[in-house]
Amino acid sequence: MASFIQLLISGLATGAIYALVAVGFTLLWQTSQTINFAQGEFVMIPAFFVLASMKYLGLGFWPAATLGLIISVLVLGLLFKRIIVDPILKHGVLPLVISTIAFSLFLKEAAKEFYSAQAQPFPPLVEAADVTIFGAAVATQSLVVLGIAILTVGGLQYLLNGTRLGRAMQATAQNPNVARILGIPVERMILLTFMINAGLVAIASILISPIYLAKFTNGETLGLAAFIAAIVGGFNQVRGAIIGGLVLGVVDNMSAAYLSAQYRGALPLFILIAVILFRPQGLLGRAEERTV
Amino acid sequence: MTTRANLIILGLIALALIGLPFILKPYGIFVLSMWAVMSIAALGLNLTLGYAGQISLAQASFFGIGAYTVALLGPLGVPFPLAFLAGGILCFLIGWVLGYPALRVQHHYLAFVTLAFTTLVFLVFRNEEWLTGGIYGVSGIKRPVFFGWSTTKAPDFYFFTLGMLALFSFFVWWMIRSPWGRAFIALRENPVRALSLGVDTRRYTLMAFAIGSALGGFAGGLYAPLVQFIEPNAFALGLSLNILLMVIVGGAGFFAGPFLGALISVLLPEWLRATEGFYLLAYAVLVMVLMAFCPTGLMGLVEKAGLALKRRTKLSEAKAP
Amino acid sequence: MMPVLEVSDITKRFGGITAVNDVSFSVAEGEILGIIGPNGSGKSTLFNCILGQLTPSSGSVAVDGRKTTGLRPCDLNRMGVSRTFQLLQVFPQLNVRENLILAGQEHEGSMLSRLLGAPDAGLSAAANQMIDFFQLSRVAEERAGGLSYGQQKLLDAAMAFMAGPRLVLLDEPAGGVNLTMLGHLKERLKAINAEKGATFVVIEHNMDFVMSLCTRILVLAEGRIIAEGPPDAIRANPAVIEAYLGH
Repeated sequence: MASFIQLLISGLATGAIYALVAVGFTLLWQTSQTINFAQGEFVMIPAFFVLASMKYLGLGFWPAATLGLIISVLVLGLLFKRIIVDPILKHGVLPLVISTIAFSLFLKEAAKEFYSAQAQPFPPLVEAADVTIFGAAVATQSLVVLGIAILTVGGLQYLLNGTRLGRAMQATAQNPNVARILGIPVERMILLTFMINAGLVAIASILISPIYLAKFTNGETLGLAAFIAAIVGGFNQVRGAIIGGLVLGVVDNMSAAYLSAQYRGALPLFILIAVILFRPQGLLGRAEERTV
Repeated sequence: MTTRANLIILGLIALALIGLPFILKPYGIFVLSMWAVMSIAALGLNLTLGYAGQISLAQASFFGIGAYTVALLGPLGVPFPLAFLAGGILCFLIGWVLGYPALRVQHHYLAFVTLAFTTLVFLVFRNEEWLTGGIYGVSGIKRPVFFGWSTTKAPDFYFFTLGMLALFSFFVWWMIRSPWGRAFIALRENPVRALSLGVDTRRYTLMAFAIGSALGGFAGGLYAPLVQFIEPNAFALGLSLNILLMVIVGGAGFFAGPFLGALISVLLPEWLRATEGFYLLAYAVLVMVLMAFCPTGLMGLVEKAGLALKRRTKLSEAKAP
Repeated sequence: MMPVLEVSDITKRFGGITAVNDVSFSVAEGEILGIIGPNGSGKSTLFNCILGQLTPSSGSVAVDGRKTTGLRPCDLNRMGVSRTFQLLQVFPQLNVRENLILAGQEHEGSMLSRLLGAPDAGLSAAANQMIDFFQLSRVAEERAGGLSYGQQKLLDAAMAFMAGPRLVLLDEPAGGVNLTMLGHLKERLKAINAEKGATFVVIEHNMDFVMSLCTRILVLAEGRIIAEGPPDAIRANPAVIEAYLGH
């Protein structure tokens, strides 16, 4: 029972991180029809911004993390949108998908060439310590991760539903043309979504890199997790992405422990295929049309 | 362009392809053979993506299945032609079975289904040591012998792969020229209208996907004896993305696209070897720039240039008294 | 004699809206049936139900006595039924002749015969016939995307006749066409009916076009048939006049 609780909580902690990434991914799709295949690399890179700040600017962890967050929002949010997405979006979805694939390659190689091909240790948020919950020893780090993730998502939900700005963003996501007529600065809303995504992935990066270590190949697994979480939860619903992330984290952890460790990634993949084929709108999403 | 001009260009290229091995070192011939093999894989994906409009990220799996089929059946005494054919047919069947449910979903979902499929197949390659040798791979793959002609030496194997490339290219060319080609254009441009004209869009799409997968399998079946050692990491998602980029950069939906794309993808690391690893950065930037300015790829650029030239000659003809 | 098309009690609901309500009619061979009605009366939805683009909520459709409800458009095409769309849908990349061959190639044979047989599926002669008939000879080699709107409309109709010698459904063929071309189109449609015995059903808003082309007219309003008969009777029918003016 104790190990089950440990697995559950650490699964929820990882799942919360996946949720952050999946929410950003879903937001981008909703507001600007951008399927960001580089989302995994977006989670990999901010950790390197932080490490570089610490190494080359001599900053402490927290200042470096803040700087890393700011750089991420600028590069993965503002620059990404203006330089990569905007010129290509008019050509359609497929060229943009290809571009994000190319960008993911770029980020991956950049981390490898300009920083290191070796896995880098990443400072955790709190010192390693355990807390006992229901007779199980749970790492404080897991609880802190959960806490921060919940705060972030909670903050995001409040922004989207409780503020005028958030509601304007939702309107833009649902129907940009009508939003424009209503006087909502649609372009700025879309830019904001990109910057929010950048913020989310940066936070996720700082939370997950202590566990995974900062490595240039992290993007592949993290990206896949984001896609699975977003689609299984419901590609056109933010709430769906959150549920999807949490479910994925727990399932991933549990299946590694109770099923085969070698086929660890297989169960989520089967679930993804099953969901796409039989319920493409995901657990929480609204149904879209089928083709052919 | 006129048919005569096309034939002349084709003839020159054929001449170059046949003559090159005599002036290249063995490594150069190896790279050329790799180009031929990847062209076949890209040819297949171009059918699925460029002609039928389906985003498939599974080409690496079929490549791998074809490669492992040849690599594992050879030592069991199965003659190469049989093992080669078996790999391709197996991929056709798997493509059909995978495509049947998968092609009913919207395009971006198909990308994810094929992505998941590729990752699963990779896991099987890596974990089932009793079958595939797991992470240790399969080594000592022999090159085939045909009626006393051994392809073990680099130039001989190159001519073999070149011959296969010519064969598959002819097959695809025939297909595009036939009513199937018209049906593909129709279902890619306007599936609703195509349906009302009697085009069974589901059947044609499935065919394109299955044949594209089979070509991937055949390419893999040639890859195994080319490199003579295979291991799972070669057949992961990265390869699917690589082949996808080949098709797009070359020009999706153009007949010559995959050959051009494969050329760039195979040659770039060789040319930029001096820059050591920065070639991938350069390639990524090239793709992003291409997508911004000419999403129809390099063949698209060629076509645009040709149209611009035609317009200018028409204008100057109109101006001249 | 068996009617070419038999529509029985077709109803189509979308959520709370009933777009087509209990519509029944039949079309005899060689007839030119017109379907008119105010905007939103369900004409296009009716077409979609007959042709398999939509599945009716209830009711059935039969072509030459065989039940076709629920069949896909491509299956119906093989039985000799085809249509045009309100929004012009020729294939701009292909030239005129290629468009026509495409329209006819799926009608017979199998996938395999199409792969192994001649590149033009043996339809060059038939396509040339159509080109002559609709007087598109001058532009036969040009990309369909480069034709004028009126010429594209002619091509669109020609494609429907290549694909469906038995029954053709035309959805607003006169839309946006200039007067001269309109007369030409009407004359060609009458000719193909007279010479080939082609049966067709036409949805139209252009009253003159419909009245002078069709032998019988159906009037739809709010999803129901409110009148049926020869053009003169329909023109004078008070219920029809009210349906149009009342909106």
